[in-house]
Amino acid sequence: MPEKYWWLILVLPLLSAASVALVLRPFRAVSMGVSLLSAWVSFAVALWGFWSQAGSPESVRWMSVGGLSFQFGLVTDGLAKVMLLVVTGVGALIHLFSTGYMSEDPGKSRFFGCLSLFMFSMSGVVLSDNLAMTFVFWELVGVSSYLLIGFWFEKPSASAAANKAFIVNRIGDFGFMIGILTVWSLLGSLNYTQLQSFANDGRVAAVPAGLLTVAVLGLFCGAVGKSAQVPLHVWLPDAMEGPTPVSALIHAATMVAAGIYFLCRVFFLVELSPVALSVIAGIGGLTAIFAALIATQQDDIKRVLAYSTLSQLGYMVLAVGLGSPAAGMFHLTTHAFFKALLFLGAGSLIHAAHHEQNIWKMGGLGKKMPVTFVTFAIGTLALCGCPFLSGFYSKDAILIVAYETNRTLFWVALGTALLTSFYMTRLFVVSFLGEPRGDGAAHAHESPWAMTLPLVVLALLSIVGGYGSAITGALGLQGLPHTHPMAAVGGSVAVFVLGSLAGFLVYRGAKEEKITFKILKSKFYVDEIYEVCVVRASDAIAAVVGWMDTWIIGGVMVRGVALCASVTGQVFRIMQAGNVQVYAFWFALGVAVMLYWMMGR
Amino acid sequence: MIPTLDHYLVLSALVFCIGLAGVVMRRSLIVIYMSLELMLTASIIALAAFSRFNQSLDGQVLVFFIITVAAAEVAVGLAIIVALFRQRKTSHTDEIAWLKF
Repeated sequence: MPEKYWWLILVLPLLSAASVALVLRPFRAVSMGVSLLSAWVSFAVALWGFWSQAGSPESVRWMSVGGLSFQFGLVTDGLAKVMLLVVTGVGALIHLFSTGYMSEDPGKSRFFGCLSLFMFSMSGVVLSDNLAMTFVFWELVGVSSYLLIGFWFEKPSASAAANKAFIVNRIGDFGFMIGILTVWSLLGSLNYTQLQSFANDGRVAAVPAGLLTVAVLGLFCGAVGKSAQVPLHVWLPDAMEGPTPVSALIHAATMVAAGIYFLCRVFFLVELSPVALSVIAGIGGLTAIFAALIATQQDDIKRVLAYSTLSQLGYMVLAVGLGSPAAGMFHLTTHAFFKALLFLGAGSLIHAAHHEQNIWKMGGLGKKMPVTFVTFAIGTLALCGCPFLSGFYSKDAILIVAYETNRTLFWVALGTALLTSFYMTRLFVVSFLGEPRGDGAAHAHESPWAMTLPLVVLALLSIVGGYGSAITGALGLQGLPHTHPMAAVGGSVAVFVLGSLAGFLVYRGAKEEKITFKILKSKFYVDEIYEVCVVRASDAIAAVVGWMDTWIIGGVMVRGVALCASVTGQVFRIMQAGNVQVYAFWFALGVAVMLYWMMGR
Repeated sequence: MIPTLDHYLVLSALVFCIGLAGVVMRRSLIVIYMSLELMLTASIIALAAFSRFNQSLDGQVLVFFIITVAAAEVAVGLAIIVALFRQRKTSHTDEIAWLKF
C-alpha cells in the first residue's frame, strides 16, 4: 500500500512540532535535530512520491453535518507533486541553513518547533483535496507565519509586523471564506475532483456568470492576502522582521506562493469567468510594476528582496490571469529556488556583518565571502533573467504568454523585468563590490558549511531549474507556450542587458544613493494612506462604539439598573434603623394601612 | 346614660393607642413591656364587651386565654430583658440598636 506513505509528509512535521512544543523544548539540540530530521524525511518521501506512480490515499471522513460531509483526503496530481517538492526541498535546505544561522539564539527550540508547524501546514495546503481542508491549513499557515515573524517578540517592531501580517491576511481570508461558501451554495461540493467534473460536464457553466465571478474573486481574495498582491501587499515587507531563514522559506519561496498554487488548483473554475481572469491579470501586472518601482529605492537588503518577491509574485498572478497557470507554476518553482538562495545569501551576509542590513554599510564583502558571493551572483542573474539560467526560461514563458494575449500587460511585464535587472544589480554592486563602508562589513568572514551548503545546492538548482521537462511535464496543466516570438525573447534579453548595465554603471563605486525618488523611497505612501483611511477611520468608529458601550450599554443599561436597585436599597435601608421600636412603628403603620385598605373604602 | 358597645370599643381603641404609643416612643424596655400589656388589656376589654353584648361566653373564654398567654409571655420576656441587661448593662432600646444589616 505505497500510497499510504503520502500521509508521512503531513504526520512527520506535525509530530516534530508537537514533540518540540510538549516535551523537547528544554533540549535545544534535540529539538533542532528532530525538526531537521522530519524535514529531510518529508523531502525524501516527496521525492519518492514524485518518481513513483503511487496514487492518492483513500480519504478519511472528517465529519458530516446534515447533507454536508467533509472528507480529509490528499490530492497527489502533478501540480501537487511539483509544489510538494519545492516546499519540502527548499524547506529541508532552509532547516539546514537555520542550524547555522540560529545556532546562537536562545529560542532555538521554539524556532524549530514553529518551523515544523509551518512545514506541516504548508504541506497540508498543497495536499488537501477540498476547499474546506485548504482553508483550515491556509489559516494554520497564517498562524505559523505569525509565530515566526514575531519570533523575536521582544522587539516591538517584530511583534507589530506579526500582527500586521496576521490582520492583513485575515482581510483576504474573509473574502476567501465568502468564495468557498459561494462555491458550496452554487455547486454543492467542495472537493476539487468533483468540482473539476462539474466544470467538465458544464454544470459550472450553467450557474449565473455574476455569481461565478463573485465566487472566483472571493477565492482570489484569499490569494491576494497570502501572496501579498496590491492592495494587501503591505504585510510582506514588514514581515522581514522575522529571522532571515523564515523570510527565505515563508516569505519568498513557499507560503506566499500558496496563493499562486491555489489559483492553479482551482484554475478550472477561474478560467470560466472572463471578468475574474482580467481582474487577476490586472492586479498581477499592477503588483509587478508597483513593487519593482519601490524596490529600486530601498536600502535594507531584505526589503529590496521583499519587494522583488512581491514583484515576482505579481508576475505569477499575471500569468494565471492570462490563462497560463503552467507558466505561473513554472516561475513559482524557479523563483522558489533563486529567491530562497538570495534570501539565504542575504542571511549569510547579515550573519557575517553582525546583523547589519543596510546595504550602504556593507560593501567589499565579495572578497571575504567567496561562496556567498558566487552563489548570490548566480541568484541575482537568475532573477534578472540572464539567458540560460532558470529565471530566464520561466520569465520568458510569462512574457510570451503576455505577448500573445495582452500587449499592454506585456509592456508592463517587460518594464518590470527592466527594473528587476536594475535594482538587483544595484543591490549586488553596492553590497559586494567596492570598499567596506561599515565596521560589520570590515570584519566579515565566510559562514559555516551548514549555511554555505544550502547556498550551493540552491545555486545549482537556480541554474538547472529551467531545463528539462521534469517540472513542466509533471504539471499536467495546459502546457507552456511553444512558440518563441522574437519580440518577447529578444525584449527580455535586451532589458536584462540594459537594466544590469545601467545598474552597474550608476552604482559602481558608489558610496551613497545616486538617484533619489522620494515617492519610491517612501513606498508610494501606501502605509501612510492606510494609516489615514483604515487605521484612523477604524479608530473613529471604535471611539463611537466605545462611547456607546461606555454610556449606553454600560452606563444606562448596566449601571442604570444597578443604580435603581442601589437607590431603592438605600431608601429601604433608612427604615432598617436596628431599633426594635422603629420596626414596631413600621409594623403598626403597615397594619393601619392594610386595615384602611381592607375596610376603610 | 347607659353605656353601649360603641363606648366600650372606643375605650378599647384609646387604651390600645396609648399602649402602641408607649411601645413606639418610650425608651425603657420595662416601660415598653408595660405598654405591650396595655395593648393586650385593650383587646381584653373589647372581647369582654363583645361577650356581654352578644350574650355569648366565647369572648370571655378567649379573655382567659389571653390572660394566661400574657402571664407566660411576661415570664419569658422579663427573663430576656434581665439577660440582656446583664450583658449590655442597659435596658434602653436606642443603645441596643444592633438589629440592622
